[in-house]
Amino acid sequence: MRMLRVGRWITAAALLLLAGVYVRALAFTPVEQSQGLAQKIFYLHVPAAIWAETAIVLTGLAGIFFLFLKDLRLDRFAASSAEVGTIFAAIVLTTGPIWGKPIWGTWWTWDARLTFTLFLFLLYLGYLLLRGAVVDPATRARYSAVLGICGMCLVPFIHFSVYMFPTLHPMPIVLQPGRPKLPASMLTTWLLALGVFTLLYVGFVVQRYALSYLQEQLEAVGEAGRGRGDG
Amino acid sequence: MRSPELIRHAWTIARKDLLVEFRSRTAILSAVVFVVLVLVVFNFGRDPTAVATIDLAPSILWVTFTFAAVLALNRAFQIELENQALDGLLLAPIGPSSIYLGKLLANLIFVATVELIGVPLLALFFNVRVLPYLAPLTAIIALATVGFVAVGTLFSAMTVRTRFAELLLPVLLLPFMIPPLSWATLATGRLLAGRPLSEIAGWLNMLAVYDVVFVTLAVLLFPATVNE
Repeated sequence: MRMLRVGRWITAAALLLLAGVYVRALAFTPVEQSQGLAQKIFYLHVPAAIWAETAIVLTGLAGIFFLFLKDLRLDRFAASSAEVGTIFAAIVLTTGPIWGKPIWGTWWTWDARLTFTLFLFLLYLGYLLLRGAVVDPATRARYSAVLGICGMCLVPFIHFSVYMFPTLHPMPIVLQPGRPKLPASMLTTWLLALGVFTLLYVGFVVQRYALSYLQEQLEAVGEAGRGRGDG
Repeated sequence: MRSPELIRHAWTIARKDLLVEFRSRTAILSAVVFVVLVLVVFNFGRDPTAVATIDLAPSILWVTFTFAAVLALNRAFQIELENQALDGLLLAPIGPSSIYLGKLLANLIFVATVELIGVPLLALFFNVRVLPYLAPLTAIIALATVGFVAVGTLFSAMTVRTRFAELLLPVLLLPFMIPPLSWATLATGRLLAGRPLSEIAGWLNMLAVYDVVFVTLAVLLFPATVNE
């Protein structure tokens, strides 16, 4: 199938570029003064976090459009986006502690942003579990749309509640009012990393979308086959 | 639909559910016994010489209410499964919003009854002074309960017709319960510690915003969970 191939190529290109970004990050970008080499994880951690959060918003938006248009393609996209978002949230949750151990001296703290990412991850898991628990595709699409929309609306609340707590986490240095507070070479590397993660998201979603399309085709064939067997 | 109709139909549904419950009283009694047991179990989960009860009381209160609410919420649509009662309800000439609001109302009354018994028990078991703070405490409990029961009622309409309904509902609902729960716990803690009311106003505002957003969302989304 063409779409699956396209998805594979995009992902392969993105992975190659990711390696390139890391060569640039390790060899051609200055080492941060206080954090040392541990800071290099920032080029992986922050883009993954941005896409993990964006993915749930896209899942929710796809849910809203699905409820109006009843187009199963939107549901397929929502499911793909949620699955990729789960992976990205997992990346954030694994790279975070790797950075936290040398810098904070602990793998995990109940810090606001860590808790937020954990919530996001659990939300994604619930979404995927719900999809697994409903057999009928039309019902599954409606239920997931409802949960996706609720999840999207929950994100600002978790944001608010976590920012009311004191935090150990570094404050935003790129997405903040005024100029980004980091050297131009670091900013360029980071922006490249963000671009690569965008490409990775697209590549993964396209592949996942194509796979679920094939899966549906297979199920339909299986059902037709069963129908003939019965008759 | 005109709003008096909506409210009237919602009340009819809520009354039906409450009547069914009142006739058998199994669910409410089980929920109350459950709350008593959870409160007793908590007593063994702390070292009374190291941790003062007042430090733990807000968490105990809210964890107990969370578990009780999750158990209670499964019930609302469970009773409609028998004899395809939900189909009958959907065929009735009333809007899905009325069905949702009716279920929400019945669930709220159910959970409120459990909470009404839970608070004095907490005061008794853990020697917490609640009487001087009764009005603000009621406000916190009411605001938090409306929020998570609204989401829970919506989700239970979906999970009840899936496999592992009893397990899936808490898995889906807990991430949604935690924001209101954490605000309620913090507010309760401040309140019971005798802090001025102005300190908890922020939490109460957040709870109110959560309620408005999720009740509206649930009313809008509920038709999608029942319409085939």
